[in-house]
Amino acid sequence: MRVPLAIVDYEAGNLTSVLNAVHFLGLEGLVTKDPKVIAHADRVIFPGVGAAKASMHVLDESGLGQAVKDAVKAKKPVLGICIGCQIILEHSEEDGGVSCLGILKGKAVRFKSEPNLKIPHMGWNQVEYSLAHPIFHGVPDSSEFYFVHSYHPLMDNASEVCASTLYGEQRFASALFRDNLVATQFHLEKSGDIGLEVLRNFCKWDGKVC
Amino acid sequence: MLTKRVIVCLDVRDRKVTKGVKFEGNVDVGDPVDMGAQYSLQGADELVFYDITASAERRAIDIGMVKDIAKHVFIPFSVGGGVRNLEDMYDVLLAGAEKVSINSLAVLNPRIISDGAKAFGNQCMVLGLDAKHVGVSSAFPSGYEVVIQGGRKPMGLDAVKWAKHAEDLGIGEICLNSIDADGTREGYELTITEKIAQAVNVPVIASGGAGTPEHIRNLFAKTHADAALIASMVHFGTYTIGQIKNEMNAAGIPVRRVGAQK
Repeated sequence: MRVPLAIVDYEAGNLTSVLNAVHFLGLEGLVTKDPKVIAHADRVIFPGVGAAKASMHVLDESGLGQAVKDAVKAKKPVLGICIGCQIILEHSEEDGGVSCLGILKGKAVRFKSEPNLKIPHMGWNQVEYSLAHPIFHGVPDSSEFYFVHSYHPLMDNASEVCASTLYGEQRFASALFRDNLVATQFHLEKSGDIGLEVLRNFCKWDGKVC
Repeated sequence: MLTKRVIVCLDVRDRKVTKGVKFEGNVDVGDPVDMGAQYSLQGADELVFYDITASAERRAIDIGMVKDIAKHVFIPFSVGGGVRNLEDMYDVLLAGAEKVSINSLAVLNPRIISDGAKAFGNQCMVLGLDAKHVGVSSAFPSGYEVVIQGGRKPMGLDAVKWAKHAEDLGIGEICLNSIDADGTREGYELTITEKIAQAVNVPVIASGGAGTPEHIRNLFAKTHADAALIASMVHFGTYTIGQIKNEMNAAGIPVRRVGAQK
């Protein structure tokens, strides 16, 4: 069985929007809880809304966490979105702290409080590229994408950051990458035409960063 | 920088978008899915769909419609009107809505806010707060009272006090609708908008009274509101989202512009 695109369902929020977006682009996608399906997929989307701890629990129990790691190792294009962008790190500070998949070196930390800074960071904010990653092809630098989150990635290696965003006085990594893995803190499936464009780029991507 | 949002509100009755003045005399203006997709294309930052008769008819929100919208609209949207319990919220969110909006239900049973926030996350929970000017008194320190049922039923509750209470219970956002300004197209009610925006630390959407791009520019220049709700000024083709955003941009308000607006 060959699966062109697997969308990992680890009970972290609903995946309807991601699947709708993939279908809207005329592409095939399969929402799955089965690690075997992910093993047979050509590419993988690892989305999610919700809490890191609950998500990690499901990923561990189901074997889906290992399946995602294996997909990354097998050089398949893998895309993390929102919680999926945080869970690939080593650790999250959410809910008193939880160990995560550790695919990239870094952790998810909460926004520091600032006067008049609302948390969660919710709405449309600019994404500034630090590298011309193939998934951003055709989408102008500093375009606005839709964010909803209280925690953000803090990376050990700046070389694994392909875009950043400023909220209040805090600049944070809003898109991460290494080889065939790329992840966005913002919601591609809710960011209008440019979000769909990035998704389309991902679905065509060969997993190589020039 | 986080941009100020322009949110288009679509009141839906029998699967048609309708627009009334002061909750009376509604006119059908189009199909909710088509209109939602169109506004998204034009650069709306978010959409709100209210099933305005679900509540009166004591039925659940039209979930089929929510699913259709989610298949064609790829910006955040919330759904409200007639949410009766957690199960209704779950259905709306699972159908593809980003957020669910509750109003009377929350006033009558505030616990639904904490239950919903716990089950789905604060960011999913929007409080619709209808406020009416009653003058400052010991019962209403802000001078505004919470009303429900389209303004027909006063609740004896101070608007600012209720907003803060709802925040404590876990609401993620407040959509403040001025009953006095609603449908007038004479501008937002800035006083209560600013009082609530100052009182809470969750985003505040101003609603009621938008008639021109200048009203929106004024709202953001004079209050700390995070978003502006608009309806008839775009439904009847008087203005486009592009015009509104250009006006905001010219006034130095951070705004997301799409395609040809840039």
